[in-house]
Amino acid sequence: MTAQTATKKKRGIAWGQVFINVALIVLILVWTIPTVGLLVSSFRSRFDIQTSGWWTILPHREWVTATEFTPGPEVNRDGIMTFEGATGTFEEFRVGVVGNDNKRVIWVGNKRIGRVVIQERQWTAGNRDFTTQNYQEVLGGRTFTVQQPDGSTVTVQGTNFVGAFLNSLIVTIPATVIPILIAAFAAYGFAWMKFPGRKVLFIMVVALLVVPLQIALVPILNDYVKLNLNGTFLGIWLAHTGFGLPLATYLLFNYISTIPRDILESAFIDGASHFTIFIQLILPLSVPALASFAIFQFLWVWNDYLIALIFIGAKPDVQVLTQRIAEMVGSRGNDWHLLTAGAFVSMILPLIVFFSLQRFFVRGLMAGSVKG
Amino acid sequence: MEESTDTVERHVPIAAQEVKPKGPLDWLATNVFRLVISLFVPIATFIVLYAGFMFLRGSNASKGIIAVVAIIWGVGGVALLYFVSNWLVEKLGDSWRARIQPFVFVGPAVAILFWYLAFPSLRTFYLSLFDRNGVNFVGLDNYIAVFTNRNMFTAFRNNILLWIPFGALFTVVFGLLVAVLADRSKFDRLAKAFIFMPMAISMVGAGVIWNMLYAVNPNVGMLNAIYTGLTGNAPIAWKASAELAPWNNLFLIIVMIWLQTGFAMTLFSAAIKGIPGDMLEAARVDGATEVQIFFRIMLPSISGTIITVATTVIIFTLKIFDVVMVMTGGQFGTQVIATQFYREYFTNQNAGFGSAIAIVLLIAVVPVMIYNLKQFNEREAF
Repeated sequence: MTAQTATKKKRGIAWGQVFINVALIVLILVWTIPTVGLLVSSFRSRFDIQTSGWWTILPHREWVTATEFTPGPEVNRDGIMTFEGATGTFEEFRVGVVGNDNKRVIWVGNKRIGRVVIQERQWTAGNRDFTTQNYQEVLGGRTFTVQQPDGSTVTVQGTNFVGAFLNSLIVTIPATVIPILIAAFAAYGFAWMKFPGRKVLFIMVVALLVVPLQIALVPILNDYVKLNLNGTFLGIWLAHTGFGLPLATYLLFNYISTIPRDILESAFIDGASHFTIFIQLILPLSVPALASFAIFQFLWVWNDYLIALIFIGAKPDVQVLTQRIAEMVGSRGNDWHLLTAGAFVSMILPLIVFFSLQRFFVRGLMAGSVKG
Repeated sequence: MEESTDTVERHVPIAAQEVKPKGPLDWLATNVFRLVISLFVPIATFIVLYAGFMFLRGSNASKGIIAVVAIIWGVGGVALLYFVSNWLVEKLGDSWRARIQPFVFVGPAVAILFWYLAFPSLRTFYLSLFDRNGVNFVGLDNYIAVFTNRNMFTAFRNNILLWIPFGALFTVVFGLLVAVLADRSKFDRLAKAFIFMPMAISMVGAGVIWNMLYAVNPNVGMLNAIYTGLTGNAPIAWKASAELAPWNNLFLIIVMIWLQTGFAMTLFSAAIKGIPGDMLEAARVDGATEVQIFFRIMLPSISGTIITVATTVIIFTLKIFDVVMVMTGGQFGTQVIATQFYREYFTNQNAGFGSAIAIVLLIAVVPVMIYNLKQFNEREAF
């Protein structure tokens, strides 16, 4: 792919560049097409999704009706028929038979009074009848009417994703801030305070990093049932706090313990208490670490399904987006117009965070890769 | 009010800390007042927090109001607890303060960790030694069942023989491929952003995306559109096809590869940038081809990173749950350890069996986690 000798090098590298860029573009396409398909489909009507692929929004060749006629009674519908050079039985014509000049002959309607349609393959600009109906149906909680392709209307019940979206926010924001706050206090304590058992306790915190959270679900659920915390926001915040704390404490300790000693000592001499130092000095200095972890934890909680499934369960008032989508996959798995719109609603916030805070985002996810 | 006493106390030396009482009555009044304040603040805090909790649990207010109250209550409540307990501790004498204050800082974290992770591990182990209702002691029977049950056998096969090797291999291969290509391209940042993007998407969302791609209806499912278009055969159910088993698992594994390649790519990119430039230059001057440079210089220098990526993917695959749950529900021979855990404990209500599966998962994950953590320590991500 590349030439090695110095004289040919320039040309060789140019070709190498082309190859590299083409390969990259192919990979990017493969990686993005599934998501693009979802996004495009979410703006197509139910009827369009079921009858033509989302990729038909692009210019493409498709069968377009050239002529049609109703065959007379002399045509033997039970035998082999020939129209426009195409030969076949009724069943074959129902699917379509290609005859003269690459024209397709299709029987539309029933056997006795159906029509014969002659179609030609032609370029079309693509069918781009986009609609926001799916989003209205997914987001709203009330019933409303939807126009069918044949002109009739039906009444449907919205799936109230706005409520689920708000629940996701209610769960995610405190479940991100609380562990960070608790972990920052603990990290400061472990790094800058002297007390008996400091080492042992810190080693235990790090050791708990390796525990997969599945192990804790059953006992915690038992406790929640006893404490009546099941299906409450407090319960799920605490669960996310508990499962996020080892990583948060560990990462923030790594950061806070490297803050130069002199900064703290001069503050102590000025008579500041630990609490003041922590609030006024350490927290502002740790913003990069806090932000990276915050983004990781935010995404983790927003995208979580297992913890919500177990600690929220079947409470519709509290259920988060991931649960609602998973439920919809189970109960309305072929309603692609709703599934695509719903899935996109759940993805929009993480995608905004991703594209606006890319650097912190990547750092946060890298750091979060060791979460238990 | 508290603030003024607070600042006064802090600057006064220990001996003079008590404001000299003029008489016993004064002394009593001061201390009673202090006691009342000391009790009142925590009690008031508790009442406020409890009222918030009850409001959130039983409220019929509109969703927007509940959201605002919940977020303020949740975030503010925790901050308030720290402020109040610190305020209390700073009311104490200096020696007591020094002794207790560290526990105000680390105490909550340690307590939550014990409640949510340390004790539950022991309790789950304890439960795993009992029968389905947690009443009768059955010894190691649940563990024997875990390793003899047919569904568990399929789950182990899928996790260990399919998810781990295929998942790790292709995540490494694609991550490396993108990293190497992007390293030499001018639009590397754009390319990396697109490959990384799936990491922002939930596994449930990814499940929907790929469910659609695999859909049986060739008007919905792109894979079937291509397949039927090329071969003229009837569409295939791919992931939900029992005839393809066990290879239908690969269609779920693809989803994980799609999600995780961005992670691998980022690590590999950093590692490749860390290879000394003169080393590569020297090899080029000596007439090494790009392919030789890749296999003889790059691969050996980033072997540590390859292992890190592989171990992270192994941990991820051992715990994989959402993707399988949303895409097949663990049917058609696609169950994995985590979905079996869910099914046994929550669907079949067998506490002992479910707990034993969780313990087996723990034992499988911990060694890999420890190794991974060591690597992470050396990498110093922050």
